[in-house]
Order: sequence, then C-alpha cells, then structure tokens
Amino acid sequence: METTATQNIIWPDVELIRNEFPILQQTVNGNPLVYLDNGATTQKPVQVIRSMQEYYTGYNSNVHRGVHTLSQKATSAYEAARHQVASFIGANHTEVIFTKGTTDAINLVASGFRKEFLNEGDEVIISTMEHHSNIVPWQLACEEKKAHLKVIPITDKGELEMDVFESMLNPRVKIVAVTWISNSLGTINPVKDIIRLAHAQGIPVLLDAAQAAPHIQIRVRDLDVDFLALSGHKVYGPTGIGILYGKESWLEKLPPYQGGGDMIKHVTFAKTTYNEAPLKFEAGTPAICEAIGLGAAMAYVTQLGIHKIQAYEHQLTKYAIAQLSTIPQLRFIGEAKNRAAAISFLIGDHHPSDVGVLLDQQGIAVRTGHHCTQPLMERFNIPGTVRASLAVYNTTEEIDRLVDGVRKAVTLLG
Amino acid sequence: MTIKEQQDRIIEDFEVFGDWMEKYEYIIQLGKDLPLIDPKYKTDDNLIRGCQSKVWLHAELQEGKLVFSADSDAVITKGLVGLVIQVLSHQTPKDIAEAEIYFIEAIGLNSHLSPTRSNGLLSMLKQIKLYAIGYQAKSMQN
Repeated sequence: METTATQNIIWPDVELIRNEFPILQQTVNGNPLVYLDNGATTQKPVQVIRSMQEYYTGYNSNVHRGVHTLSQKATSAYEAARHQVASFIGANHTEVIFTKGTTDAINLVASGFRKEFLNEGDEVIISTMEHHSNIVPWQLACEEKKAHLKVIPITDKGELEMDVFESMLNPRVKIVAVTWISNSLGTINPVKDIIRLAHAQGIPVLLDAAQAAPHIQIRVRDLDVDFLALSGHKVYGPTGIGILYGKESWLEKLPPYQGGGDMIKHVTFAKTTYNEAPLKFEAGTPAICEAIGLGAAMAYVTQLGIHKIQAYEHQLTKYAIAQLSTIPQLRFIGEAKNRAAAISFLIGDHHPSDVGVLLDQQGIAVRTGHHCTQPLMERFNIPGTVRASLAVYNTTEEIDRLVDGVRKAVTLLG
Repeated sequence: MTIKEQQDRIIEDFEVFGDWMEKYEYIIQLGKDLPLIDPKYKTDDNLIRGCQSKVWLHAELQEGKLVFSADSDAVITKGLVGLVIQVLSHQTPKDIAEAEIYFIEAIGLNSHLSPTRSNGLLSMLKQIKLYAIGYQAKSMQN
C-alpha cells in the first residue's frame, strides 16, 4: 500500500478547506456526515454563499436594463461572473452563454442543430456512457428530422472503442456529442483525440464537461472544442446555473433558442432582430444571483488551483480503490486506466439501494441507482451501482469510514 | 385483526430494537423470509417502477377481502413491503381505502416514504389504495 489513512497525503490544508464548507460540519443519523455524492452535486464554500447573500442584501436588481445604480452594479457583477467563467475555461467572455445547467446547454445546441443543420439521413454520434441529458435531446432532434443516432461502444473496462469511433465518422455525421468524464464510471475520455479525428472530417464536437469541471483543467482553445457544457452546482457553485461555451463562429450560425427580453435588438410585430451572442441565447431575466455565485465558485477553484485539486483527488481515488478492493465480493464497474474521482461498485448480488440505505444509516452519503445512464447499465447488465464520488474536501479518514460502512452493510445483508 | 391493530402490533415489535442495526437486521430477515408472490404474477403489468428498486404488486379479491402479494429486487424494500402487506392484506376494500398508515413513521422508517428515495414503497402504498378504491367502486356498482 502506497498510502495509509494516517499519512497526510500531499495536501496540507484539507482541514482548512473543510472549514470553508459549513454543511460538512454536521452529523447525520448520529454520525459525522461523510459526503461522497459529489458527482450528483458538490457542497458550497462560504465564499459562494456569501457572494449570493451580498447580492440579495446589497444590490439585487435586474441586469442590462436600468440606468440606476443598483442595476448597474448587478450588471457589472453578472458580467464579471461571465469573465470569471471565461477565464476558468480559457475562452473569450463573448463565447460564454449562461444556461440553467448542462442539460439546458446541450438542449440549446441540439435545438439549434435540429433547426439549422440536421437533415433526413444525417447522423449524430454519442457514446454508450452518456448521461440521459446528452442522449435524449439528440434523440428528439434525430426523431424529428429522421436522422440517425449512432452510439460509440465501450469496452468491459468502460473505455470508448476509439477504433470503432474512427470508423463511424463520415460526411453524414453532423455533430459528435460526448462526455469528457463519465458520471457513472469515472472514465476520462480521450477528448483531444476525439476532437482531432472529428475535425479531420469537418465535424464539430460538443463536450459534456459536467463531471470534468470540478476535477480537471479546461482549456477550450487547446482542445479546439466547438461546444462545451457544464453545471455550476457540480463545481462548488449554486444550482440552476451552468454555461454553454461555443466557438464564436458557431454562436453566430446557431439560431436563437428561446424568444424574450434581453435576446433582442429590435422588435416590431413584423420582424425581430436579435442581439449578438451571448445575449442572443439569454432570453428573459437570467439567474443573476446564481451566475454571481458561479463566478465566486470558479474564483474559489482557481484560487485553490485545479492542478492541485486534481493531484489530491488522484491520490484519494487511488487510496479509495485500494481500500475498497479489500472487501470480499466487491467488484468495480468502470476500470478505465485514465479515470477521475467517481467510483462505482457492486457487492455480490446485493442491490445497490440496500447498500445505500445502510450507508445512510451510518451518515455516509453515496449515490445508488442507474445514475441517469440507463443504456450504460444495460451494457453491463446491472440494475445500477453504488457510487462514491469524491471532491477536494474529502479525506482518507472518510474513505476509511466508507469502507467500514460497506463492510457493516454487507454483514447485515448477509 | 384490524388495520389499526396490525399497525400497533408492528410498532410494539419495533420497540424492542436497541439501535438501527437491529432494526434493519429484522427488516432484512423479513425480506429474506417472505416468499411474497407467485412467480406468475411477477409481470410487467404488476411492476411498480421506482428509481432505485422494483416492486411487483398483485391484488385479488377473496370473499370480500383484498389479498395482496408482492416482491422487490432489493431486500430492504422487500422487508418493508412485507410489513405493509401484513397490515393491509386480508382487509376489506373500504377499510383499506379509509385507512391511515402511520406505522412506518412510528417505527422511524419514514425516510423510506420520501419521494426522493423513490424506492417504490410510496408508489406501492398509493397503488394499494387505488386497488381498494377501485374494488370499492366496483362493489357499489354491483
């Protein structure tokens, strides 16, 4: 064993970090909370909570509308958040559209492709390990346009079959939409290769970066990705806010998603002319407070250092896998070589929900079920998994609690 | 025994358990011990889908009383389902339709009724009520 629970692995400040997350300082069912459901949503640091409280107590006002001081203050903060997000992913701020989250961002792109670019007989490529939010919008678009949804297969270890992917590319393919990191398996996909191969045939690529954003550095220019979607709440920010990054050239071509205020230049009953991106895609009063909270979350992650976070989580994941491996009959679902901090497993024939209920009794929060990836569960012929997904505030002691908790659950389940 | 008496008996049974482990050990044992449903009734029609686990529920009227049998793919859910059946099976549609189910909360298992848990137990209770109301309406027609 390279690491033990008593060693403090390369991260000296984890207690300081934990102190910044008020919610972690509580007991659940009589035990200190061990929160390992970060793949579903992360907890929020005081910096984020404070930024949102300051907005409502200090300068709540509508954006892009008023000449009065509060409105200008709110607009400045909202746009500053956009700049913060842009810098987080290495984009220009005009390429960052605020959305409700990843699902909304993918729907925006799928809706645009349905209206403008997708025709009968065309193809859309996704993968077996997609979240429902990167399946259903494309399915709907394909159904309407009589286009075909093609699915990249995966290996038993949970890695994309890249040679098959390469053979699937052809001039009928209008877009490749894949996840960067699998929420169920933790697999980190070779997105640079995917983008290179697709671009070689002139096909744009959308990346679902919901699970990537909290764990690895995003540089949209280096990736040369065309669209990228992420959710604020999975990267220490609030719910109800996310972003779509789109290359400027694509955002110009893509038609508006919804109609309303803010997205227009001029409206008459005969004809409306639209604002430029990103406002073209932000109809109505946006989630101002949430956007500001997201900006604060990205500032927080940037200040911690995403590389440091990645290194720490890598060690913690390795430790968790090593410790969980000592449990008899435990098998991992998803054993990709290149992986992030989501660890899915099953124990013997025990139903994941039974294990989840018994862990909850011990104050340990994990996710059980199909993780909104039913086709993937079918691929492995399982009803679901138990998933422990880690974040920067988790500790080796918490991993030990998880392992003890699973052992206790197995004993009870017999 | 009436529905109320059945519930009170279960509440009394659960009073002896010292901690959550004993409680769940008992529920798990219940889940394992009860062969709840004839395999021929384990059909898609009888399936109540939850996000977490599946529950199959079959109902039939025998001499004016509703008899339920059920199963689940998760053993804890199956144990809880077993408790619900102990309470509500072999009762009249009218009594079931009018019954207030309080024992789950009283034995400290109300988290299993939370809609977020979606383990099928809540849907099952609703389905049982629906069967009862349905049979009640039918008997009134006759």
